[in-house]
Amino acid sequence: MARLIRTEKEVEGRYEEVWTVVEEDALGQWPAGPLEVVGRPAQRQDGLQRARGEARYTADVQLPGMLHTAVLRSPYAGARVGSLDLALALGLPGVHAGLSFQDVDFLEAEVGFPGAAVAAIAADTIEQAQAAVEAIVVEWEPGTPLLDPDEAVARGELVSDAKRYERGNLEQALAGADAVVEAEYRTQSVLHSSMETHQAVCAWEGETLVVHISTQYIWGVRDEVAEKLGLRPDDVRVVCEFMGGGFGSKNGAGDYTLIAAELARRAGRPVRCALSRREENLDAGNRNGTIQRLRVGARSDGTIVGLGGEFVNAVGWDGWVASTDGPMQMLYAVDNVSTTLHGAKLNSAPMAAFRAPGFVEGTFGLECVLDELAARLGIDPLELRRANHADMDVLDGRPFSSKSLMECYRRAEPHWERRDEVRARSDETWKHGIGLASQIWYGGGGPPSYAWVRVGSDASVTVVTAMQDIGTGSRTAMAQIAAEELGIPLAQVRVELGDSARGPFASISAGSSTIPSMGPAVRSAAGDAAKQIIELAAQRWQKEERTLSLKAGQIVCSDGGSWPLESLLGLLEDAQILGTGARGPNPAGMRVLTFGVQIAEVAVDVETGEVRVGKIVAIHDVGRIINPLNARSQVEGGIVQAIGHTLSEHRLLDPQTGMVLTQTLDAYKLPTIADVPEIVCEFVDEPDSHLTNLGSKGLGEPPIIPTSAAIANAIRDATGADVRSLPIDRAEMLRALDAAKRKERVAAPAA
Amino acid sequence: MPDLRVNGHDYPLDAEVGRSLADVLRDDLGLTGTKVACGEGHCGACTVQLDGVAVLSCITLVHTVGAREVTTIEGLRDHPLVHAFVRTDALQCGFCTPGQIVSAAALVEAVPEPTREEIRHGMAGNLCRCGAYPNIEEAIATWRD
Repeated sequence: MARLIRTEKEVEGRYEEVWTVVEEDALGQWPAGPLEVVGRPAQRQDGLQRARGEARYTADVQLPGMLHTAVLRSPYAGARVGSLDLALALGLPGVHAGLSFQDVDFLEAEVGFPGAAVAAIAADTIEQAQAAVEAIVVEWEPGTPLLDPDEAVARGELVSDAKRYERGNLEQALAGADAVVEAEYRTQSVLHSSMETHQAVCAWEGETLVVHISTQYIWGVRDEVAEKLGLRPDDVRVVCEFMGGGFGSKNGAGDYTLIAAELARRAGRPVRCALSRREENLDAGNRNGTIQRLRVGARSDGTIVGLGGEFVNAVGWDGWVASTDGPMQMLYAVDNVSTTLHGAKLNSAPMAAFRAPGFVEGTFGLECVLDELAARLGIDPLELRRANHADMDVLDGRPFSSKSLMECYRRAEPHWERRDEVRARSDETWKHGIGLASQIWYGGGGPPSYAWVRVGSDASVTVVTAMQDIGTGSRTAMAQIAAEELGIPLAQVRVELGDSARGPFASISAGSSTIPSMGPAVRSAAGDAAKQIIELAAQRWQKEERTLSLKAGQIVCSDGGSWPLESLLGLLEDAQILGTGARGPNPAGMRVLTFGVQIAEVAVDVETGEVRVGKIVAIHDVGRIINPLNARSQVEGGIVQAIGHTLSEHRLLDPQTGMVLTQTLDAYKLPTIADVPEIVCEFVDEPDSHLTNLGSKGLGEPPIIPTSAAIANAIRDATGADVRSLPIDRAEMLRALDAAKRKERVAAPAA
Repeated sequence: MPDLRVNGHDYPLDAEVGRSLADVLRDDLGLTGTKVACGEGHCGACTVQLDGVAVLSCITLVHTVGAREVTTIEGLRDHPLVHAFVRTDALQCGFCTPGQIVSAAALVEAVPEPTREEIRHGMAGNLCRCGAYPNIEEAIATWRD
């Protein structure tokens, strides 16, 4: 039965109280460990389609008569459009329609960052559209850009009120501590760099607007487009079967979608609006930079008595303030914590969620300053973390639904014990070291989410749900869950997804929520179908329902009888079994979180400042693993992105004008295959006994969180240098080595 | 009208001077397996082969191809590398994957048993933002298995 409840909803670490309809989940959890299909490696069901170039992405959508869009973007970091005239542009060859801030609400005359859209033209070819944009008569009135986050805070230029958090008395705790470390950490802004740029193709079919879009959230796009264009939600149909990467930047509709929809309305033709790579690097979101002024105090036995953080997120012109303060508040059992978090409003592009927003940045600061503390106290970094382990949620004393961080630490031991061996490889030039960092993050998902399961007379099974598979393998995981519940081989199940008009509501693919939100709904739908099959079998063979189950493609009776599934379903002919399922509620009064630890081995060339990561060991606790093959890929991918964030990636702005200097993929340094270290990946793989019918949490984000701190801590271990600013490029590394040398001279003046 | 030879078929080349090979393949011939991710030769997603040599089709003008045979992912659909990529999970979102496979096919044609170093060197021009690199390396190292 459906119930209306008041519940806490979490996305990317942001909580809100909402009314939501939940359906009770009647199914108990499966036993732990690999089952018949779930928990065993499965190749991606759409792997061949993707590998052969047969998968149709938004970039591949070609509709008859489709027009192409070019966008007029601000060449200034802050400006007002004095005047703008489209007339000349609209008269050029091939041009069908145009729009500007003068005629739509979603564009503005006041532009706050370089690349902000003010007008757009649709033409037969992209070249014609670009030529027409060149012909738009526009007068800019540039202002002086505000680019310094500290200055913005001082001037009160904030995207929202400062967030303050206190427990205990930090100042008193630090005054009584045996050791106090104080340090400033900085992280840079990095770009998502999805291989498929942000884009949409919009076509009107009567009153219905069909939106093909590269998105992480079909239903969110539907609602946002409907709201902004004044349509009913079901008048917008959103289609995305394949998409080429998002990493948090494709959670919303974006102005490009609204531009395409509006131009399509005006031109009476389908319209594509696709960002070029350079536009992508200007205006497709970014992980905001941060400044973190941190303090930690501890007793000589390693008990941390206080943690303090003044955080500034360089949010940009718009966006939200990600929880850079989260790890400091949540990771350890510390009685006295005080944090302040500011979101600086700047003349730079708005931030967007980027794989564990806030926690990637905050974990870098926290886990590095903890290692500075460990060095000061002469305590083993792993022991320091164990000594301050939180047995219950430190925010409000709730029990965890499950937590195996201590088990992660235990499994880390054999790798951690190699540190003498690793250090011993050092010579005059190359210094070797090892470091670790812990991980905490959300990833519990939540209701609502729905799925349908259709079983035909040939015993083929189709899972239908309007979710998206952004490349994580969620399609395959859903098929595995349905196959397990129905006791049939994986190859017998297909999953239809990616179309809001052809399936029920499905959750966003962000916040590590797809498997924990969608998986239980799919299992519940498959369970409903299985129940109906058993009801029919009981009638066909005159058995009691409770004696029947589905296993290995058979209907099995506890009295020893068994019949192939086909022998029952073959009777159906055109009749179908239709199962429906919904995601049940999260466990009341419990905190659902994910945990892990990573260990990095690095080598540093102390002459050139080159850092090489030799190995990353990742041990994560995310509940039950559905598909170990895809799960390992998630971990590897997260670590590769983290290595880019740590060592090479940096969205550079001109300090005077605020223009983005890294607009191309040769200027913006993504990791390549040659930058990848050995990666060892382990999962605790214990179902969370309180969480849904699956016991699975999300895995998309956890692996990217602790890597940069583990690398920085390994660098300190190797060289004694404190690297406190990302990226650790050669200049930063040499600066840190130099600072360490000076510190040594001060510490030993007699020498 | 000159011909463009693609995957063993001759197509009449009816394109304005200045158009890229990638655009003609995708827009005129409907061969959308070749992806364009940067459009300026930095990422490798658009890789095709010209007479077996991997080139970036987004910065190759179509009229410079001449008599050379163009091989795209559509011409390599049954290459053992395709199955190796799926078996080892060497793809996530899949947008760079056709380019990766076309590059890898040129590599193993030249060096049938590449070392790990040769793979890393030969594939360093193909970016994968999902970070499927460890499995891409594995797929190429075990492509004949």
